[in-house]
Amino acid sequence: MSLTYTVTILHDLDPNPSPDHDLREALMAVGCSPDEGDLLASDPIFYLRIPEQDADRVEALAQQFLAGSPACRAVVHPGVTMPPRDDDQAAIVVQRRPGVMDPVSQSVIHAMSESGFVSSQCQVRTARRYRIGGIETNVSMLDGLASRLGNGIVDEWRSFSGGEEEQVPDPFREFPSHSQGRVEIPLIEASDEELVAISVDGGLSLDLAEMQAIRQHYIERGREPSEIELETIAQTWSEHCCHKTLTGAIRHGDLRYGNLLQETIFQATRQLDLPWCWSIFRDNAGVIGIDEEWGVSFKVETHNHPSALEPYGGAGTGIGGVIRDTLGTGVGARPILNTDVFCFAPTDTAAENLPTGTLHPRRLLRGVVAGVRDYGNRMGIPTANGAIHFHPGFVGNPLVFCGSVGLMRREHVDKEVHPGDLVVAVGGKTGRDGIHGATFSSRELTEDSEQDSSGAVQIGNPLEEKKVLDAMMRIRDENLCRSVTDCGAGGFSSAVGEMGEETGAEIHLDRAPLKYPGLGPTEVWISEAQERMVFAVEPSKLARIQEILLEEEVECAVLGEFRDDGKLRLLHHDLLVGELDVKFLHGGRPSQERVSIPPEPKPLIKAEVDHLDAQQLLCTLLADGNVASKEPVIRQYDHEVQGRMTLRPLAGADRDAPMDGCALDPLRDGSHQVVVSCGLTLGMGEVDPYQMACHSVDEALRNCIASGGSLERAALLDNYAWGDVKDPAILGQIVECSRGAADAALAYGTPFISGKDSLHNTYRAGGVSRSIPPVLLVSAISITKGPLRVPGSDLKEAGSSMMLIGPEGAIPGSLMQWLHGGGGGIPAPFDRQLGPRLLQQVRQWIVAGQLRSLHDLSDGGLAVAAAEMAFGGGGVGLDLDIGALGDDRNRSLFGEGPHRFLAEVRDTDVERITADAEAVGIPLTCIGRSVVEPTLIIRHGLDRCIESGVGELKQIWKRSLEAIWPTS
Amino acid sequence: MADLMSRSAPRALVLRAAGTNCDLETVHALELAGAEVESIHVNALSRDPSILDGVGLVAFPGGFTFGDDVASGAVLAHIIEQRLRPQLQRFVDRGGLVIGICNGFQVLVRLGLLPGGEGRGALLWNQSGRFEDRWVYLNSGSEESPWFAPGERYFMPVAHSEGRFEWFPDQPGQEFPTEQVAFSYCNEDQSVASYPDDPNGSHRSIAGLISADGKVLGMMPHPERFVRPEHHPSWMRIRPDGAIPLEEQLPVPLGLSIFRRAVDHLKTHQSDLVGEGGTR
Repeated sequence: MSLTYTVTILHDLDPNPSPDHDLREALMAVGCSPDEGDLLASDPIFYLRIPEQDADRVEALAQQFLAGSPACRAVVHPGVTMPPRDDDQAAIVVQRRPGVMDPVSQSVIHAMSESGFVSSQCQVRTARRYRIGGIETNVSMLDGLASRLGNGIVDEWRSFSGGEEEQVPDPFREFPSHSQGRVEIPLIEASDEELVAISVDGGLSLDLAEMQAIRQHYIERGREPSEIELETIAQTWSEHCCHKTLTGAIRHGDLRYGNLLQETIFQATRQLDLPWCWSIFRDNAGVIGIDEEWGVSFKVETHNHPSALEPYGGAGTGIGGVIRDTLGTGVGARPILNTDVFCFAPTDTAAENLPTGTLHPRRLLRGVVAGVRDYGNRMGIPTANGAIHFHPGFVGNPLVFCGSVGLMRREHVDKEVHPGDLVVAVGGKTGRDGIHGATFSSRELTEDSEQDSSGAVQIGNPLEEKKVLDAMMRIRDENLCRSVTDCGAGGFSSAVGEMGEETGAEIHLDRAPLKYPGLGPTEVWISEAQERMVFAVEPSKLARIQEILLEEEVECAVLGEFRDDGKLRLLHHDLLVGELDVKFLHGGRPSQERVSIPPEPKPLIKAEVDHLDAQQLLCTLLADGNVASKEPVIRQYDHEVQGRMTLRPLAGADRDAPMDGCALDPLRDGSHQVVVSCGLTLGMGEVDPYQMACHSVDEALRNCIASGGSLERAALLDNYAWGDVKDPAILGQIVECSRGAADAALAYGTPFISGKDSLHNTYRAGGVSRSIPPVLLVSAISITKGPLRVPGSDLKEAGSSMMLIGPEGAIPGSLMQWLHGGGGGIPAPFDRQLGPRLLQQVRQWIVAGQLRSLHDLSDGGLAVAAAEMAFGGGGVGLDLDIGALGDDRNRSLFGEGPHRFLAEVRDTDVERITADAEAVGIPLTCIGRSVVEPTLIIRHGLDRCIESGVGELKQIWKRSLEAIWPTS
Repeated sequence: MADLMSRSAPRALVLRAAGTNCDLETVHALELAGAEVESIHVNALSRDPSILDGVGLVAFPGGFTFGDDVASGAVLAHIIEQRLRPQLQRFVDRGGLVIGICNGFQVLVRLGLLPGGEGRGALLWNQSGRFEDRWVYLNSGSEESPWFAPGERYFMPVAHSEGRFEWFPDQPGQEFPTEQVAFSYCNEDQSVASYPDDPNGSHRSIAGLISADGKVLGMMPHPERFVRPEHHPSWMRIRPDGAIPLEEQLPVPLGLSIFRRAVDHLKTHQSDLVGEGGTR
C-alpha cells in the first residue's frame, strides 16, 4: 500500500524575495506588464509516493529538508489533487511529462533514504506552481501564460483561476509498454516505393540508394532484417554519425573530389604533419600536446534542432554531449573549459515573421543561455569563450555550438578493444527519451517537428554526468579501462558499434538499467538517454571499477563482451533479436557522386546608409546584438571555476570590456598557457563562401594571438552549419568553404584537428523550405610556454599612439552592409603571404611588451574596435583621424576584412615598431592617440565624424542584452 | 628532510560529494599554503569518520552538491546531519579549523555550524534573481582570526545564485553580531556597495561569517581562485611593462593568503589541538 502527498514550499517568510524573471518574462509575452504590487511567486511542489510505513516521516522531511530554511515553510497535503488554496490566486502548475528527466526527484529520494525512508519503494516528481495575484486573468490568458512557462514537448500543465480544486494529471502514471521480442521488417521483396515508405515511416532518414543496398544485403543473406538491425544501420549511416555528404564524392565544376573533407581539410593537416598533433580526426576530439607529458583535447558540437524545440533542454544536453566527447577521448580527458557560440534571429523579430511552430528568438536565447548555464556550471567547468550572432536567417533554425577542452596525459590518448573485453555501460539509466535524435538531426524542421520529434528532445541531468566524470578520472588514473566512448547520437548502437567496429560484440539488451519498465530491445539499443558512457574492460579489472563507481554513486551494468568474429549480436532475454556484419554496417553504405554548382560572385547591393551619419551608424552597430556587450550572458556562466583562468572573457579597468579570447594555466604552475578563441564571419558566407572560410580561420587566429597565443603551436576545429545540401548551389558553397578553410590552414601552418558538420539546417515556413545562411565556425587552440603574455584589448593610458595594423577592409560582407539591406560585392581578400607574417610579428611585439593594448577588428570594423578598447580604459579616450585611410569614410570606419588589429603603442616604441613593420612588409598606420578626456573622437580630415562620450557609447553597447536579462 | 617537512605540515581534508566542483583547486590552494591535503568523498568519510581525528582543517569546497536540488547544499547538509554530525561537532570542539566556500558555506549554514544556524540565518536567491560570476571587493571582519587579517580589503570572485544572507533574529530588531561578520561586500574604496558590487543584496552586505571562536569560516567568494597574481582579472593593467605582477605588486592580497594564515595558525597551534596525533 503506498501513499501520495503533495508538498508545496512557500517562500513567504523571505523578507526580500528575488523577482521571478521567468514568470515576468512570460507575463510580458502575453501582453501584461506586471507592477511592483502584484503578487507573483513560484512555489516548488514535490509529489511524494511512499510506502505506508514511512507516513510519519513525511512532515519532518517536508519541514526540515524540503523547506529547510527560516525563509520558507512546507504545506503538506495528502493526494495529488489539492483543495481550494486559501491564497485564492490564479495559479498555473507546470510539471514534467511522465518519462522526462526530473533530476531533482532523484536528489530528494537520496535524502529520503538518508532519513530512513524505504527509498526503493519511494517515487518523487516535482512541479512548480506559479501564482499570479493582482493581475486580471482569464482562461485564454492563463493558457497562453502556461505555454510560455512550460514547453509542451517536455512539460504538461493545468491552470486554475483561483478558489477552485486543483487537479493535475497523475504525475506517477506510467508509459504504455512497447512491443517486445524480435520484429521483422519485410524488405526482400519490397518495391522501391515501399523502400522509401519504410524509411520515411520509420523515421530512418535513409535514401533510396541506401535502402536498395540494405535490401541487396538481406537478399544475399536470404532473410528479412529485424527492426533492430534496420535501426542500427540507419543510425550508423546517418549524416550525424558518418558525415556522408562531406566525406562523399562531389563533382564541382572542373574539380572532382572522392572525399571532400579528406582532400581539403584533412589533407592540409596531413601536409603540415606536426609532431605535437597526437590524435586527429579519429577520436571523439582532436588532441594536441602541451609538452611531452600533457596534452589537451578540443571538440565543438552542435545541438541545433533540439534547441529549436526546447532551448533549455536542447542546449543543456548539447553541452552535456560535448563534455562526454571529452570524457570519451582516449581513455578520458578531464574537461577544463567550455565554449559556446549561438546564432539566433534578432530578439526584436516581430511575432508575425515567425514561422508557425517556432519559438520566438528572445525565448530561445534565454532558454539556451539558461541551459548552458545550468549544465556547465553544475559540471564545474568554466564557460569562458564564445560568441552570439543574430541574423534573420536563423528565425526557424537557430544554431547552438558547444565546445569542450580536456586535459590528459599522453599515455591516455590511445585506446583499443580486445576480444573478450567486457562491454560496460556506465552512468544514467536508459529510457525512451531521445529516440531518433541522430536521424532527426538530419531532417528538416517543420511546423510539426514539435509533435513528431518530441522523443528527440531531452532534459539533461548534470549531476549524473558530474558523478560519471569524477568516477572516470579515478578509473583512468588507475588504468582500469582499455577503451571508452560516450553514448551520443544513436545511443548504445553507435557507441558499441564504433568500439566494436573491428571486433564485433555480443550485447544483452535486457541487462541495461532502465528508468522505467516496458522498453523494447530496439528502444534500449537506440535510446539516446543522456549521461551514459560505454567502457571496454578487461574482466579482471571489473571489480575495482565497480568499487569506485559505488563510492561515487554511479550505476553500471555489464551488457556483454567484445568478440573476434566481426558480428554484432543483439540479444534480449536470450532471444537473438539482431545479428549484423560489422563490415557491412561500417563499409556497406553506397557512395554516390553529387554534383555541386560553384558559386558565382554576387553583384553588389548597396547598403542603405546615405541618410545616416557616422555617429548614428556607430551607435546602431554598438546596439546591434552582434556587437553589443555579452556581459549579461558571461556573468551567468561560471567562467572562473577550476582556478586556471589567466585571461577572462571580460577584463579592463571595470572588468566589463570584451577580450578577444580566453587563456588558462592548464597545469596550475605557470609553465604553459592554453589560449582559446573562435572566428565566425557571418555576413561573408552569402557573399563569398571561400573568403568566408579564410576570414573565419583568420579571425579565430587573430583572436588567438590577441589573447596571448602563438602560431607555433595552434590548431583549429571546423564546424559547418549549412542548409539544404541536396541543393547543388548550396553544396557548391560547402565545397568552396572547405577549399578556403584548407588553404587558410596551410597558409598559417595551423592544422585542423577535429570537426563536425551540421547539415540540413532548413525549416519550412508557409510551405517553402528555407536554408540558414552558410556558417563555418572556426575554433582555435594554442599552447604557449611560460606565463601568459597578453596586452588585453583595454586602453591602458592616455598619450599613447594608436596604430592600425594590416590592410584596408571592405564593405562587402560586413555587418554594416547586411544590417542595412546591402549584400554581395567583392570582400577584402585573404592574403596568404601577409597573414602569417603579420601574426608572427604581432606575437613578437606582444612578447617584447611593446603593445599596451591590442584588439582585433571584426564586426563593425575600426570604429567599433576603437570604442571597445575605450570601454576598458577606465576613462581614457581616443582622438583618431582616418583621413589617411582614403576618401571612403564608411569603408574606413566600418569596413571589415582579415589581418587587421588596432594597437596602443607607447611613443617610445613607435619608431621600433614602425621599423619592424617596414622590415617585414606589414601595413602600419598611426591614426591618432589615446587621450585624457573620456571621449571617442574620430576625424575624417576636417570632419569630426564621430564625437561622443565613451560612457554614453558604453551604455548603448551594454543595454541591448541587459534588457533581455533584467536584474531587478 | 622530506619526512620532517611532511610531519610538520598540518593535515587538511577536502570533503567532496556528488556535484562538488571546486575540490581540486581547493586542494591546490591548501597545498600551496603548506598543508598536506587529502581529498575525500563523503561516502568514504562516512565509512571511517575517525579520519577526522588526524586532521587540523576541513574544507567544504564550492560546487553544486547534488545539483543544489531543493536548495543549495541541502542534500549534502542532510547527509552530514544524518551520518557525521557528532564527529564534525567533536572536530570543531577540539579546535579544528573549518572553511566552507560557496556551496560549502551554504552547507555549514544549513548545518548550523555558523551564526545564523539554529534556524536564524539562510542563504537565499540573489536579489538579481540569477547566477552571477564577478570579482568583488570585501572588507574583512573586525576581530582577529586564524583566517583573515581584520579590517583588510580583499578582492575575489563570487560565482553563485544563492548567496543572499538573510537574518531571522529570535526577537524582532535584534542586530546581527558584528564580530561574526567575516567579510562584507564593499566598493573599491571600502565604502558601502550596492548592486553589482554587492552581488546579491545580503543583509548588511554579508559575504562571509565566522564562528564566535573564529575557527569556522564560511564565505561566498572563492579565495582558491586567486592563488597566483595572474588570476587577478586585470593583471595586465598593474605593471607599466604589461608583465605579470609580483605578488607584492598586487593592490590586494592573494586569496591564497587566507589559506596561508590558517595553515600557519595550525603550525603554531598544533599542540593546542586536542586529539590530533602524529600517530596516524
